[in-house]
Amino acid sequence: MSSTFDTVANIIAETCDIERDKIKPESHAIDDLGIDSLDFLDIAFAIDKAFGIKLPLEQWTQEVNDGKATTEQYFVLKNLCERIDSLVAAKGAA
Amino acid sequence: MRLEYFQLIDRITALNLAEKTINTEAIVPAESTIFEGHFPGYPLMPGVLLIESMAQTAGWLVVALNKFERMPFLAALKEVKLRTFVQPGARLSLSGRLLHDGSGFAVTEAQGTVEGKTVCEAEITFRVTPFPNSEFRRFMTEFADRVAFPKEAVANG
Repeated sequence: MSSTFDTVANIIAETCDIERDKIKPESHAIDDLGIDSLDFLDIAFAIDKAFGIKLPLEQWTQEVNDGKATTEQYFVLKNLCERIDSLVAAKGAA
Repeated sequence: MRLEYFQLIDRITALNLAEKTINTEAIVPAESTIFEGHFPGYPLMPGVLLIESMAQTAGWLVVALNKFERMPFLAALKEVKLRTFVQPGARLSLSGRLLHDGSGFAVTEAQGTVEGKTVCEAEITFRVTPFPNSEFRRFMTEFADRVAFPKEAVANG
């Protein structure tokens, strides 16, 4: 997870011009780092490329809108990284 | 090119769903009220319309890859370069390529040439969503015929 976090944090720092030191595993991408949905497309693009996956953003958004999930489950970085690891593992198992 | 209808390409000349590429062409009108303002005595195709030409080219590719089930909406531009003036009457050849098919978004690159010389290029990101209503989808399906969209490519793809 730590290397996943480092990769994601570096992507966020570079994409959104946020100081790397301010990006923590506990940071909420939206509430703490102020990343908006358009910037998150850039981040998702970079994450997809870096890990060879496709973040299911539409599914996550739908679940949040339907009240079936909270934004914390997907956008707190340690949780996001866990989901990235799961997607990478699922891809490797396929 | 029908500027008054915001139709910035005339026809799709090639569509390759396997390679995820598209080619289009457009003739810049010899006359348009746009040129009365841009610019008096020195008519030029506005750069924003060159960008729109590239966006429509790449956009039709995204429509094709989504088999007319989803619509791309312009979201972001990067690395935009407008290299040369384009004048009324010019024949624009445009090309687009999918760089990434994301969840609810697509990243593409496009460029335009005139007489083999690159005049514009950009990386274009679209939000890609289901059509908001059936009327819109029907409009796009009909519009596709006007730009010679090769529907058989989608049916067979």
